[in-house]
Amino acid sequence: MIQVQNLTRYYGRTPAIQGVSFEVEKGEILGFLGPNAAGKTTTMRILTCYLPATSGSAKVAGFDVFNQSMDVRRRIGYLPEQPPLYTDMTVKAYLHFVAKIKGVDPRERKNRVNEVMEKTDITERQDQVIRKLSKGFKQRVGLAQAMVHNPDVLVLDEPTVGLDPNQIIEVRQLIKNLAGNHTIILSTHILPEVEMTCQRAVIISRGRVVAQDTIANMTQQKRGAGRLVLQVDGPAAPVRDKLASVAGVKKVHASSDNRYEVESEAGRDVRRELAQAVVQNGWGLLELRSKDKDFTLEEVFLNLTTEEGGANA
Amino acid sequence: MRNFLAILERELKSYFFSPVAYVVLGFFVLATGVAFYTIISWFNNYSMQSMMMAQQYRQMPPAINVNQLAIRPLFGNIAIIALLVVPGLTMRLFAEEKRQGTMELLATSPITNWQITLGKFASALIYYATMLLATGVFVGLLFIYGNPELLPILSGYLGLLLLGGCFIALGLLFSAFTENQIVALASAFFVNLIFVFLGWLGNFTGPTMSKVLGALSPLDHLEDFSKGVIDSTHVIFYLTFIFGGLFLTFVTVESSRWRGAR
Repeated sequence: MIQVQNLTRYYGRTPAIQGVSFEVEKGEILGFLGPNAAGKTTTMRILTCYLPATSGSAKVAGFDVFNQSMDVRRRIGYLPEQPPLYTDMTVKAYLHFVAKIKGVDPRERKNRVNEVMEKTDITERQDQVIRKLSKGFKQRVGLAQAMVHNPDVLVLDEPTVGLDPNQIIEVRQLIKNLAGNHTIILSTHILPEVEMTCQRAVIISRGRVVAQDTIANMTQQKRGAGRLVLQVDGPAAPVRDKLASVAGVKKVHASSDNRYEVESEAGRDVRRELAQAVVQNGWGLLELRSKDKDFTLEEVFLNLTTEEGGANA
Repeated sequence: MRNFLAILERELKSYFFSPVAYVVLGFFVLATGVAFYTIISWFNNYSMQSMMMAQQYRQMPPAINVNQLAIRPLFGNIAIIALLVVPGLTMRLFAEEKRQGTMELLATSPITNWQITLGKFASALIYYATMLLATGVFVGLLFIYGNPELLPILSGYLGLLLLGGCFIALGLLFSAFTENQIVALASAFFVNLIFVFLGWLGNFTGPTMSKVLGALSPLDHLEDFSKGVIDSTHVIFYLTFIFGGLFLTFVTVESSRWRGAR
């Protein structure tokens, strides 16, 4: 449904995104993750035809976002970070206006507007002026606006910002229900949100894609790198140096109580070698256990976005 | 066409629901009223005096032309007032969209920048026409108490409408430059003044320069209209000016996309 290839965009001389490529299948919800200023919004703006790319190409439903912009726009619904609301209009009038410029058939307009108001639960506010709505309701009007022309693709830039916990759950449920008929790209900082709503995620950092996979694979892949905890009865400094010299060990971190945290290379079991090294030196091995539990998406995210080294998952 | 109408309709509603537009309308009518009062007072004095002169010298009273002596200066005044107030109408057209982020909605909808630009221009022009219509009250009074000629009045209004179109196109352009309405207002106002200044500056230069400067000033093209002459030169000048302004606006809106500005 969406193909993005080698997308690059410069603002003046600063690159906002560089060589971003990913694909989204029809009916899928893709989580788009990254720290602030990583290039999420820029990518979304290119996809929605708001900005042209400096190089590379993006296709939505088979149409090029640059050359067939109008065809793309008809098929895409976009909720920017700041919901684009005419605050002096009523909810209903606003949605009717959006339906008009999105090219909804005049005979269907009323039905569509009522339907999206129903879906986003704003029907009872339809005659209120948008300026007077709370932030949560404004966000929902923004969401309704993005869906009013029943687009194939929905691009949502942080859709749950400013909502209270109940509303967040409702919106997530709503987004989940939309999948299947709609293809959705969802950007967010809230990682559990991605785990809950998305099948796949793209993690972007400093303008580059650093990971893209299903959520399950992503957390498993990172689990390959083992973390062990040892308690060794022996002089601290030599023990640490010895442990670090064992083949396959990446990092040793000494903590109090003669405990050492050892990080090993991905997919390599170094427990045997470690035990041997300790015993050969005549120290006492009091404890050796694996500290590995399920990596959360949060850990994956932090790993990928804070250190450049782990950027090739 | 449907998109153009959608934009037009929204902008018009926004005008008629917005307090700013009514302040502009009120100021416009008030200022026009003051101008009208001043002109009529002078006109009364003048006609009284010429009647008395005529009696004194036992001559026929001179033919006093209401069109020439009251309506033409009134139109001149309306033009100046329009120059002052039109930037107040146009300042929000693009600046507001940018500030509240709705430009992002328009720019990602299947609608062209021409439709947006023209829709906004047309809405301001219609609102301005409503303001002109309100000044019809003053002209109407002249019809009750005198017998002015209708056609020069209509052509004068046409001229005012075209002149207003120029101011609107210019104001729209400055609104597209910024997301700050006050900046849009001030800069449009300033450039309007420069154009008027050009014509006035012509009074102090040689005959050739004076002609050139006069030809550049939108105000100088108005005179013939209020005399009842619809000269194609002037019409073409105004239309060119308007189209030029709209084209530059279109380019500005289109290019802000490339520059990545909001």
